[in-house]
Amino acid sequence: MSFHPQMAYGAAFHKSSRALEDEGPAFVYTPENRARFDEIVTRYPPDRRRSAVLPALYLAQDQEGYITANAIRHVAELLGITRADVEDVVSFYTMFYTRPVGTFVLQVCRTLPCAVNGAERVTESLVERLGIKPGETDPTRTFTLLEVECLGACDRAPVVMVNDAWHECQKPEDVGKLIDDLRARGDAALSGCHHVVERKG
Amino acid sequence: MDPILTRYVREPKAFTLDFYLQHEGYDALKLALTKEPDQIIEMVKASGLRGRGGAGFPTGMKWQFVDKKIEPRYIACNADESEPGTFKDHLLMERNPHLLIEGCAIGCYAIGAKIAYIYIRGEFLHVQHVLEHAIDEAYARGFLGKNILGSGFDCDVYVHRGAGAYEAGEETALLESLEGKRAQPRNKPPFPAVVGLYNRPTAVNNVETLCNVPLIVAKGPQWYAALGPEKNGGPKLYCVSGHVKRPGVYEASMRITLRELIEGFAGGVPDGHTLKAVIPGGSSVPILMPDQLDTQASFDGIQKAGSLLGSAAIVVLDDTTCMVWLAENLLRFYRHESCGKCTPCREGTDWLHQILRRIERGEGQMRDLDLLTSVANNIAGKTLCAFGDAAVTPVLTTLKHFRHEYEAHIQEGRCTLPASWRARQMAGTKH
Ligand SMILES: Cc1cc2nc3c(=O)[nH]c(=O)nc-3n(C[C@H](O)[C@H](O)[C@H](O)COP(=O)(O)O)c2cc1C
Ligand code: SF4
Ligand code: FES
Repeated sequence: MSFHPQMAYGAAFHKSSRALEDEGPAFVYTPENRARFDEIVTRYPPDRRRSAVLPALYLAQDQEGYITANAIRHVAELLGITRADVEDVVSFYTMFYTRPVGTFVLQVCRTLPCAVNGAERVTESLVERLGIKPGETDPTRTFTLLEVECLGACDRAPVVMVNDAWHECQKPEDVGKLIDDLRARGDAALSGCHHVVERKG
Repeated sequence: MDPILTRYVREPKAFTLDFYLQHEGYDALKLALTKEPDQIIEMVKASGLRGRGGAGFPTGMKWQFVDKKIEPRYIACNADESEPGTFKDHLLMERNPHLLIEGCAIGCYAIGAKIAYIYIRGEFLHVQHVLEHAIDEAYARGFLGKNILGSGFDCDVYVHRGAGAYEAGEETALLESLEGKRAQPRNKPPFPAVVGLYNRPTAVNNVETLCNVPLIVAKGPQWYAALGPEKNGGPKLYCVSGHVKRPGVYEASMRITLRELIEGFAGGVPDGHTLKAVIPGGSSVPILMPDQLDTQASFDGIQKAGSLLGSAAIVVLDDTTCMVWLAENLLRFYRHESCGKCTPCREGTDWLHQILRRIERGEGQMRDLDLLTSVANNIAGKTLCAFGDAAVTPVLTTLKHFRHEYEAHIQEGRCTLPASWRARQMAGTKH
């Protein structure tokens, strides 16, 4: 990522402009997450526990909703690496949040194949509907809106990822319904992938 | 050619072990375990299989380069699939996961590795669940784990989830990421085959590449090579997206032409529009023009036409596409995804994007065009990894074929392409 002073960083989530949220609440894994962590580290050589840092951070993020400084400390201690090592990783990868996000994180893909199919209008429609800009969370903390790069489902453009679920072929006029559905039914409204292989004809 | 890799993907139970076993599943692994590892490498070499991740490097050769004197060795399967326009690997993993697992096991056997890590991009969580379930099934029936099928060969397959970084798809950056660090590439040489994961010899192979290995073992290298033109054997998955009526993944022999793929399989551009340009291999390769549609969509065919097959991500653009806008869109992607390790790429992608943005807004000047070329030439060939060359391609190729659109933007202070209004209105950009 560029660190040029003239750079317009755009969405406040950009990795280079993130600051850690104070210390956050005290953090230790729940017993279930600790058990999963203990299983995950066995996949890597004993002297390479650091390899488990991404899965370990996902566990922390699932538990707390975002990565706090205390979570970083906990993960660093468990892996036997420094906090700086963990923070280095957290600040590089875009899927870790360093401050609270909404219940539903809406990620609109904006890369070329989605863009030529109207992705920017999908974003506009969401901006209008939610009253927040990309990078922001609404006051009720229900929705966070983000623009992301190619999600790898360009045949179903435009794609909006809601938390970990894909919503494909989203028209600007559809996303209003998506928002209503999420409000009304919560997680049950998440769809996921419906893959079909095209055939000639 | 009838689909092979994707033959059963529409079957509801295609991803289960039972279904796979009913359709000759794991027969190739059984056969492979009766041969010597070197024989498998010879078969893969004879088949001419070329890597499906982007570079088209012969897989057998890569496996041969793996240093057999050093233990342990690893396979790192590249399931990062982040090149814009590419969406084939997750289809294989979601609908035919056992094929990949079988490919990983045979690959490990061939190079003498005991562990394969499948590095899957973070956004594919639903795919990861399917894959992990399939791996559990394979362990339960003895196709993975200790002493596989009584052969004395041990093999573990683990899924490792990335966390949102395009650059993690570059093979050495992928290894760094697997080691728990930032996804920033290493200097090459040494190549991963010699110094790879944990400094041990490692074969980094794309998902589709590994899915071809069981076919080669089961049906023989000659059969495999004969599926396509010379040096471009086997089945190939094509991802067609953009302005086409039926975007999707299409499997074909590499004898197929771009025209057959775009106009035949994908139904051509929407009615009332004409084709303007085709990006044949992901966001980072040169544009081909409509008069080049009869190009054979093979590694060599596309290269002869002046572009690259890359990840076979065919992005089709009709007459509503403004090429300045296109370059701006892609450079925003590259600026965002640059890993920041080397200066020309980190700073240069930002400069390119800034210049493109001001031209796009109608605030550009004629000298900006030379500036674009100059910045691009100061990135290309001067970076640590191939990302730098990739990032400047959209700029240079649109300047080459559509310089008049840049000039019109600058002279008129806006986009003058009448047809582009539809796309622009769709995209909602202010004009
Ligand atoms: C910037 C960059 C991004 C890449 N992304 C991917 C990717 O997402 N998936 C992939 O399979 N290969 C990707 N590659 C290619 C890999 O570096 C590597 O060549 C490939 O995984 C080798 O596997 P193969 O020989 O089976 O193709 C990328 C390369 C570069 C330079
Ligand atoms: S070329 Fe770009 S992506 Fe590659 S190492 Fe340099 S900064 Fe990173
Ligand atoms: S461009 Fe949106 S999913 Fe690929």
